[in-house]
Amino acid sequence: MGPIGENEFFFLMQGLKWTVLLAIVGFIGGGIFGILIALLRTSKKKLARTITAGYIGVFQGTPLLMQLFVVYYGVALLGIEVNAWIAVAIAFTLHASAFLGEIWRGSIEAVPKGQTEAANALGLHYVSRMKDVILPQALKISMPATIGFLVQLIKGTSLAAIVGFIELTRAGQIISNQTYRPLLVFGIVGAIYFIICWPLSHAGSGLEKRMAKAAR
Amino acid sequence: MLNSAKDQPTLISLEDVQKWYGAFHALKSISLSVRKGEKIVLCGPSGSGKSTLIRCINALETIEEGKIVVEGQVLDGSTKSVDAIRREVGMVFQSFNLFPHMTVLQNCTLAPMRVRGASHTDAERLARKYLERVRILDQAEKYPAQLSGGQQQRVAIARALCMEPKVMLFDEPTSALDPEMVKEVLDTMIGLARDGMTMICVTHEMGFARQVADRVIFMASGEIVEEAEPEVFFKSPKHQRTKTFLGEILAHH
Repeated sequence: MGPIGENEFFFLMQGLKWTVLLAIVGFIGGGIFGILIALLRTSKKKLARTITAGYIGVFQGTPLLMQLFVVYYGVALLGIEVNAWIAVAIAFTLHASAFLGEIWRGSIEAVPKGQTEAANALGLHYVSRMKDVILPQALKISMPATIGFLVQLIKGTSLAAIVGFIELTRAGQIISNQTYRPLLVFGIVGAIYFIICWPLSHAGSGLEKRMAKAAR
Repeated sequence: MLNSAKDQPTLISLEDVQKWYGAFHALKSISLSVRKGEKIVLCGPSGSGKSTLIRCINALETIEEGKIVVEGQVLDGSTKSVDAIRREVGMVFQSFNLFPHMTVLQNCTLAPMRVRGASHTDAERLARKYLERVRILDQAEKYPAQLSGGQQQRVAIARALCMEPKVMLFDEPTSALDPEMVKEVLDTMIGLARDGMTMICVTHEMGFARQVADRVIFMASGEIVEEAEPEVFFKSPKHQRTKTFLGEILAHH
């Protein structure tokens, strides 16, 4: 058994850096496309609703691991040279946009119909109606679920290890193999995930409670 | 009557308007014309189509047959006609429908800025003017949830007025209010009426109808059953359905 010293810890922190970066990229990319998906999903055009429903169905109905495989090897099959980082970023963006799109679709529909009617009666057009009236309220309604998904996404980044990405979990595995102290190493890795995810979950449920109170 | 609207031009006309919700015939051959400055009170039992009727005028509901003209603009379902009509028609809802994430002032400045392209300064000046008029300017920086129902409804009236509409539609504006708040909203509406605003009000406030209406229209089962000046309407209703309805309504007051 080897010791776990400064070097090992530094290696884990390097992994953590990639975990956080992956989660941020996935969340931002997924957020931008997710808004688009949510708007198309709630549009008046049936075709737009059907296509986005299919998109959401595919990404919610298949494992993230498989999505990573498909994007990583799929893009390579098209003859385009991409590094693991880009492929993984694309996969997480697609995955997150489907989930966030569906969460936000629900939130948009949860904004009382009277809000749309008041906006219409004032003559506000679609863009202003959405940007100024509906989305700010929908975003607030969606906060607990959105944060919940972010936590899932952070933990989900561990799957990027499968395409050779050395993020936190993979870094832990490497250290564990070198030191033969799996329990200690994965204990530390687990604690790091917990330190990041728990405050987020806590904030999410806090928001939920406050909103439930405000709705009374 | 507060002022004579008899010789004024027609502002709104409905000709033979028909509406169905699936198999349910919600509006049956409605014809109605409203002159500039006229105040009309629409009443009738729930489900009689009175809310549906005024919601058709600003295209919140579509009609299947017939013709609606507002200020010379035919409502043909095109974006252009809907826009043109909504610019002239303000609406106040039973449930206020203020934007909860905006202050009172922001509620009032949004549409003038986005629809009329008013500058922030101009929109705010306009908002303050109308908030003053509904006597709620001191609450301008508050959020709707911090106000009472009556105050919220007055803000909703100010918000509609900020678009400087030619007609105001009121859809049961006092029905969601606690009894002690009804008066402040009615007083605001009476003030508007005195200033010559053209108004169509769906309401069961018969005192209001007596005081400001030029005509009271009674609807039942999607039809206009009877219309008359308030004096005549309350003293000697012609139809049995009107009598029954008035009996029920007035017994509660």
